[in-house]
Amino acid sequence: MATEPTVKPTDPLTATPATLDPAQVDPAAPPATGPWKLAWRRLRRNKVALAFGVLFVLLILSALAAPLWAEHVANTTPDRNRLADQIIVDGKPRDIVSVRGIPMGPTWRGEYFLGADENGRDVMVRLLYGARNSVFIGLTAALITTVLAVLLGLLAGYFRGWIDALISRGLDVLWAFPVLLLGIALGVSLATEGLSIGPITVAGNSLWIPTLIIGFVGIVYLARPVRGQVLGLREKEFIEVARAQGMSDWRIMTRELLPNLFSTILVFFPLIMANAILLEAALSFLGAGVQAPSPSWGTMIDTGLDRLRGAPHLTIAPGVMLIMTVLSLNIFGEGVRDALDPRAKVRLEH
Amino acid sequence: MSAAAAPNGDAMLDVEHIKQHFPIRRGILNTVAGHVHAVDDVSFTLREGETLGLVGESGCGKTTLSRTLMRLIDPTAGRITFRGRDITHASRRELRPVRTEMQMVFQDPYASLNPRKRISQIIGGPLELHGVARDEIAQRTADLLERVGLQREHVNRFPHEFSGGQRQRIGVARALALEPKLIVLDEPVSALDVSIQAQIVNLLEELQEDFGLTYIFVAHDLSVVRHVSDRIAVMYLGRIMELSPAEQLYSKPIHPYTAALLSAIPIPDPRENRRRDRIVVGGEPPSPVDPPPGCVFHTRCPRAQDICRSEIPPLTDYGNGHLAHCHFPLNVTREEIAGSTKSPLSPAASGDSQPQYVDPELHPA
Repeated sequence: MATEPTVKPTDPLTATPATLDPAQVDPAAPPATGPWKLAWRRLRRNKVALAFGVLFVLLILSALAAPLWAEHVANTTPDRNRLADQIIVDGKPRDIVSVRGIPMGPTWRGEYFLGADENGRDVMVRLLYGARNSVFIGLTAALITTVLAVLLGLLAGYFRGWIDALISRGLDVLWAFPVLLLGIALGVSLATEGLSIGPITVAGNSLWIPTLIIGFVGIVYLARPVRGQVLGLREKEFIEVARAQGMSDWRIMTRELLPNLFSTILVFFPLIMANAILLEAALSFLGAGVQAPSPSWGTMIDTGLDRLRGAPHLTIAPGVMLIMTVLSLNIFGEGVRDALDPRAKVRLEH
Repeated sequence: MSAAAAPNGDAMLDVEHIKQHFPIRRGILNTVAGHVHAVDDVSFTLREGETLGLVGESGCGKTTLSRTLMRLIDPTAGRITFRGRDITHASRRELRPVRTEMQMVFQDPYASLNPRKRISQIIGGPLELHGVARDEIAQRTADLLERVGLQREHVNRFPHEFSGGQRQRIGVARALALEPKLIVLDEPVSALDVSIQAQIVNLLEELQEDFGLTYIFVAHDLSVVRHVSDRIAVMYLGRIMELSPAEQLYSKPIHPYTAALLSAIPIPDPRENRRRDRIVVGGEPPSPVDPPPGCVFHTRCPRAQDICRSEIPPLTDYGNGHLAHCHFPLNVTREEIAGSTKSPLSPAASGDSQPQYVDPELHPA
């Protein structure tokens, strides 16, 4: 029985110290480049995505500047009706709303920059205030979606068993409804009665109603991919290491698993937000979202639709804003996805 | 580390009749259709300061056994006593203090480090978890890195910036962080290049001496195990076939399976390799779902007789701490068999029959 060990036992005194690793990292190398830095570097190279990211930031800034424009440029408020008034344009007096009920078009100057609406309100001012509502709802709904979806996905993927069955079947039920239909159903019933859960009461015309609805219906789209990813991650050895160290389940979920989900979350977030804004517009258009007289792009398109012939600016202006916002978020989001994981195929669809 | 230098310290870990059966569920009703007998009645005692090698082919249950010992999975039956404490059914809360005394190094250095964490967080994690102060963590993390042959400056790097060997060093540093008494090494070098293997093995030996560690070294590479172990347990289909001081296992294998494993080690010289008589075991190991009755090795054993098919052989003690689980042992004389005794580590279901002498002239291995 000749057995020659392939690993030659070396005498501990004469052996080259075990510290001599031929592939040693150069200690003088530049400090660590984390995965985030690398992703940012890739994103910076994607000029188109970056340009649309900047566009989105500009849209946000203009929404934030809405009161400034209203007070200092347009000298009005989003709700001020001027049905019977006239203003002087190029030295000539013009009806804000004509006798036949057709509001005037864009003046391209401070007051009524984009014209008036059927109540003689400044379209530009309402557009900017509408942007506030749309972005607020989109952002908050996306946050609600993300927090709940990640929590549910983590619980389902980590614990599996009956917890997973419960959560997954619940999501299936949610999934089975067309999002718009579910949104309308919830929106109509909640807008008339308001919402009251225990001590929390939300009035029917509050912005929180559409926000909560949109945040709720979006959960499925993120919870499923998160659950799938957690199912894969939990089998990795580093989770077993954490258990061997005596970590609690909650700590494993938040400290070990969550950091590995950030890239997925970051990829999905702009896309979820774009969808939320779009859904808000759709619900408002159908009267199940933001309630009048609160301005929103959806309600503006809705009321403008009746006067499409005489005053097309009423629908075109909010429509263009909506397209720009959703497009910039989508393209920026895709850029983020490519930067974080060029191989990932993430698609959000309705 | 030779057999002669094997420390005779106190019992560190006492494993009695451990079984690990995984249910196989089928159908809509999730009915249990059978069990995978991953570990089937294994007993041994680990003494303080020694290294126990655990070898066997893939799927023989060595990794499952190591995870059971770490209480990462709950044993189906049996008892685990760690430093006088029965931890077989200890809850997670009760296990927490034990976790500081037993740690594990994992096989895959790419999967065992969280890719989103910095080295400082990976090594400092267990310290933070067990309530070590913040500035002390930083100090100790850097010291540990240096101790395993990396540089203090590496604390802020991410795992992807290191090679496989370096990652395994990080894994070792993490296991060392809590100053454990026992480290279970689950194939710590199998995923590494041979040149790097030697470095890690040497590092582990240095650390064992410096910190007085006790190791369970799981591997499928017999030459690595021979180099590091004081004693070696050979596993097959969830059972221990032979348990012996390291050198004796190689010079005098008693179980036919051990002999077959040893003859499968390639010799670097092709002429010598061709000249030797190899024991070739045919076929595949049977399914652990339905292990064969009697001796689990009888389906592939060249010496199997009727009794092997019906009666589970006891673990027979041939003296000197050399135990084998066989009715027809190799390399033993009539006198040795006469002087042998049934070891208390034998499987509970094994018979009492004494091994039978087989004349090597009539029945060559």
